[in-house]
Amino acid sequence: MNDTWLDILIGNGLVIAILLVVLLSLAAVLIWLERRLLGIWQDRLGPNRVGPLGIGQVLADMIKIFTKEDWIPPFADRAVFILAPTIVVITMLLAFAVVPFAPGIGISDLNIGLLFFLAMSSLAAYSVMLAGYSSNNKYALIGGLRAAAQTVSYEVFMGLALMGVVILAGSFNMREIVQAQAANGWYIVPQFFGFVVFLIAGIAESHRLPFDLPEAEHEIVAGFHTEYSGMKFGLFFIGEYLGVILISAIITTLFFGGWLGPWLPPLVWFCLKTLVFICFFVLLRAAIPRPRYDQLMSFGWKVMLPLALVNLMVTGAVVLVQEG
Amino acid sequence: MALAEQQQTNADSPAALFTGLFGDDGVSTQDTADGISTAWIGRDHIHRALADAKRQGYEMLLDLTAIDERLRQHRAGQPPADFTAVYHLMSFSRNRDLRLKVALPIDDATLPSCCDIWPNANWYEREVWDMFGIEFTGHPFLARILTPPTWEGHPLRKDHPARATEMEPFSLPEEKLEREQEALRFDPEAWGMRRTRDTSDFMFLNLGPNHPSVHGVFRIALQLDGEQIVDAVPDIGYHHRGAEKMGERQSWHTFIPYTDRVDYLGGCMNNLPYVMTVEKLAGIEVPPRAQVIRVLLSELYRVASHLVFYGTFAQDVGQLSPVFYMFIDREKVFDIISSITGGRMHSGWFRIGGVAQDLPKGWDIAIRELLAWMPKRLDHYQKMVMDNSIVKQRTRAIGDYSTAEALDWGVTGAGLRATGYAWDYRKQRPYSGYDQFEFEIPVGASGDSYDRAAVRAEEIRQSLRIIEQCLENMPAGPYKAFHPLTTPPPKERTLRDIETLIQHFVNTTWGPVIPAGEACVGIEATKGINSYYLVSDGGTSSYRTRIRTPSFPHLQMIPLISRDLFIADLIAIIASIDFVMADVDR
Repeated sequence: MNDTWLDILIGNGLVIAILLVVLLSLAAVLIWLERRLLGIWQDRLGPNRVGPLGIGQVLADMIKIFTKEDWIPPFADRAVFILAPTIVVITMLLAFAVVPFAPGIGISDLNIGLLFFLAMSSLAAYSVMLAGYSSNNKYALIGGLRAAAQTVSYEVFMGLALMGVVILAGSFNMREIVQAQAANGWYIVPQFFGFVVFLIAGIAESHRLPFDLPEAEHEIVAGFHTEYSGMKFGLFFIGEYLGVILISAIITTLFFGGWLGPWLPPLVWFCLKTLVFICFFVLLRAAIPRPRYDQLMSFGWKVMLPLALVNLMVTGAVVLVQEG
Repeated sequence: MALAEQQQTNADSPAALFTGLFGDDGVSTQDTADGISTAWIGRDHIHRALADAKRQGYEMLLDLTAIDERLRQHRAGQPPADFTAVYHLMSFSRNRDLRLKVALPIDDATLPSCCDIWPNANWYEREVWDMFGIEFTGHPFLARILTPPTWEGHPLRKDHPARATEMEPFSLPEEKLEREQEALRFDPEAWGMRRTRDTSDFMFLNLGPNHPSVHGVFRIALQLDGEQIVDAVPDIGYHHRGAEKMGERQSWHTFIPYTDRVDYLGGCMNNLPYVMTVEKLAGIEVPPRAQVIRVLLSELYRVASHLVFYGTFAQDVGQLSPVFYMFIDREKVFDIISSITGGRMHSGWFRIGGVAQDLPKGWDIAIRELLAWMPKRLDHYQKMVMDNSIVKQRTRAIGDYSTAEALDWGVTGAGLRATGYAWDYRKQRPYSGYDQFEFEIPVGASGDSYDRAAVRAEEIRQSLRIIEQCLENMPAGPYKAFHPLTTPPPKERTLRDIETLIQHFVNTTWGPVIPAGEACVGIEATKGINSYYLVSDGGTSSYRTRIRTPSFPHLQMIPLISRDLFIADLIAIIASIDFVMADVDR
């Protein structure tokens, strides 16, 4: 490598800056996209007044949320209350560092990329727990407790579900996993069960309906973010959408060949595939009712975990025999 | 007209049953316009009489209320009383009613509580205490229920002001503010809840009056162990508007639109028990066309109301989309209703003696479209909501009760039918010509939240059947009875002779003078039995208007069916009960 450290800094800095801008605006646009898509699926219009197709709604919402009073309830634990919403955004953005968008486009080519992603998504759970705890509100507390239990249990087989992919690719490096798929075909076929388990765990991790129990509005008002308003609430919101993009991007990378695809440029393929999963997340929200808290937990431990374990063992056995 | 009927029912009057019990001592009977057997019982005997009536097959305490008799002129043949407590009992097995009255003097207005006979007497007795200041000895928690705890006076007493203009201008000095805020402080002990048990401290969660899932301003204080409900205490009254007191001020005619707002999803179906009661008092026969128009509109509102229920039920278990689809259908129903009545939710279309106007030209076109459209949609909803496995998991065996419990707690309507008991007012006691229609009574099996929803889903189909029959068999003829007491009064001959002109002028300006008497008429409303008990003192407005609403006892049952469940289950139960707070608090 002849690059000086300065070249690396400037090159990476540029990518990071672009990525930050793109991701944050994408998360904002997603709010609009979700509302429009829900509108279509629910036989109504959705936001369609501000700008063409209502896209200006994003801007209007931003202006509104930035100009709102930055209010902290007097009974809240001030420091933690402020800290909580930043954690989710920071961890989610950090996790994007290991996502390989296309050959040559990406921030870090970490050799333990997958583990880094898992670590970051686990850290995001603190955000919700701390928000619930620091709000000093009973609904928030229940939401925080639910979030803690839910994330801890779904974390377990989220990781286990990905190990099948790691065994097949022989690497934790995201880029190498994609390249392995170029040679062996997309992992959705050999790792179908791994995909299903990861998808479900991913929904649970990002607290989206049907697994939005930490904020189930019909039961506990707004759950962990009941006391939040203004930009702090906005951070939770952005964090949730970043989570959706992240999970979709990881699914694309690990199971659907990442940037691989004919005719179109690699980056376009990557974005298209990710978009499909984002829309799928929205569709789920429109379609499925919410299970009860204990049902969610028993589903996790009694169905998902065994499935992930069996998948891991079978994959391992098959690989062993093939290499035999 | 009711005279022959009365004499016949009085022949085997259950009052005889009580003379057997107590001898002639303190028992007398009264004739009422509705033909319901009415007996006056001495205060010392009432508890025994009620217990005995329950043994004799009067399973349900349908209503318990009171009358302030102090200003009443026409009380011939009735024992002297300042207040009268009125127990309305209902026998489902024998399909008849019994009304027991107790005369009370103002300086000693106390009664023995009958909470030990019917658990739902608890709230009714609290309401009577709140509204009339009649005390119930032996009541577990005799506190105000509809008015705030700091309220002074008993609103339904005749000497209590009915309007703000009769009172001093409102002011809120500092000490009053303090007092009011102190009264709002939540004290678990006062609500009959303990703070700790063995090793654990309970958490008290104040669910409501502002909460996304309580369908209005309804509050439940929850005693929680983790997320498990140890006890739940419902608190009502936030939506109380004094509808019964208004009934004493408004003329017979001008009270009609107030009834629309009682069950605000039921629209002019609310008018029906009211106008039928007035018609019973006045002896008005409603012509067939008016009856069928009333049935048509009532069933349209039933469809609209059940669609709201269906959608919010799905929404409360976390399914976001169905409510939007169902509101589109509901909008179609409202289009029809507004093309007939001009109004949407509160059309106030029924009049004493008939309806406001005849059906417009081409009224049937949109209805035919609806009848062709709805069945497909209902099949779709069945797949989407009722057949959904998560919905089933969330609602099956949640909040279930038996038929006997339902009768004990005053549960009527779909909540009763979900237990497998096929009792529908329209079938068992047909009114407004329902006996001419073919429809079935959907029933459930286990009385759980799922069954309550399933029964209502099927009732939409049955209502559509009735609407179709209205369409095919709409009789010709007048849409209002030709009777001097109908409102607005008949106008055809007013310019021909002076007598009818005077009569028209008086009945339009004062409103009709309804003959003195008492009557109570019930209907199968969207949520259960809704009945109006009216006392006329021969004036231009009601002397006492009692509105018996189905949601009131239904909410009272929540603690019983939600104990040991989770918060999420409580939401499913609330969703499945189908109530509106205006229907509870009036």
